[in-house]
Amino acid sequence: MDKILVRINGKDYSAEAGKMVLDIATENGIYIPTLCHYEGIKPQGSCRMCTCMIDGRKMTACTTPVTHRMVIETQTKELEEIRSTIVELLFAEGNHFCPACERSGNCELQALAYRYKMMVPQFPFEFPNKQLDAKNSKILIDHNRCILCKRCIRRKKEPENPTWFVFKGRGYKTQIAVDHEMIDKEFDDELAQKAMDTCPVGAIIRKEKGYDVPIGERKYDKDPIGSNIEKGAKL
Amino acid sequence: MSKPIVATTSLAGCFGCHMSFLDIDERILDLIELVEFNKSPIDDIKTFTKKCDIGIIEGGVCNSENVHILKEFRKNCKILISLGECAIMGGLPAVRNNNAPISECLEEAYLNCVSVQANDEKIIPNDDELPMILDKVYPCHEIVKIDYHLPGCAPRADLIWNALEALVTGNEMDLPYEVIKFD
Repeated sequence: MDKILVRINGKDYSAEAGKMVLDIATENGIYIPTLCHYEGIKPQGSCRMCTCMIDGRKMTACTTPVTHRMVIETQTKELEEIRSTIVELLFAEGNHFCPACERSGNCELQALAYRYKMMVPQFPFEFPNKQLDAKNSKILIDHNRCILCKRCIRRKKEPENPTWFVFKGRGYKTQIAVDHEMIDKEFDDELAQKAMDTCPVGAIIRKEKGYDVPIGERKYDKDPIGSNIEKGAKL
Repeated sequence: MSKPIVATTSLAGCFGCHMSFLDIDERILDLIELVEFNKSPIDDIKTFTKKCDIGIIEGGVCNSENVHILKEFRKNCKILISLGECAIMGGLPAVRNNNAPISECLEEAYLNCVSVQANDEKIIPNDDELPMILDKVYPCHEIVKIDYHLPGCAPRADLIWNALEALVTGNEMDLPYEVIKFD
């Protein structure tokens, strides 16, 4: 693979041509916040959390391939403001009752709010009318918490196969839907756990399991999201 | 110079935030050196007897009495702090916001719920003495201006202490990552 040169935050890095900006940054210990991106799933760039200044324009780092002598800024004041605003919008738009959520402490949306020290969203709370779908025997789907990142839908069963999840409705009424019969038939504990892990928030919850990590030991209790990437920075 | 005066109250909350407040342990002795308490469940003063510097609000706003008390606090306190998830976003009482109209909530609580007994006349309490319940639970900052928000359910004692101490002494607030949590 061709080696090219990119400049991230004023420092030059060698990179493989064709890889995404996000991957190059991560490899070099530079954290770019993401929400709709998930390792191993084709990126779609819909949440805009990873917006960076790329050659002077605001582009999503997860969907922009690096080119030779590309100039990337990952953490300007403006970008950080955009990102914290996105988090605040998501909190205001859904019904995110953190104290009652099984994913609290392991939730990516919550962790980003912690990272940006969000005390209260600047927007009025919407309190939308959303349902809880507990029909299934293996998983529980809470539309109150869903941020429509589409990760569960984009994670294919097999390369060419669709997944168990789909979008239904359009625009403001969009929500995830599942084939309950198919899930009942095909899901085992491992797949249910996988589905839960794919969800960045607590919208997909594995049944008969929860709260098994005590407060203080959960993923984002002590270290902010992204600190593992930043710790791995090559000096 | 006289000590800063602190008032606290619990609206639609569970008193957990006040419990967490007491969780500052022996630092409460330092606190008493630093501040004086006025209207608060801690000293059981029921009404404001003087103007206060800091008002700490626990819980969201779910009925007319909550609105009244919150407005009293705004009138009598220079700085208002929303303490905990309920004050900030309605919290668990606000779970009723998104699905059911208030009539349905009352019917469920007083008529239809499996645990309802001995309500043959099908009475939903409606006495003039009772505060009127609101259509939904409101975060405090949607009713009056709130100056600071301290999240948590309950907020960590260190968060409350650090914020309060900084406000009283005029030092910069030191809020490390571990103390800002939503649960």
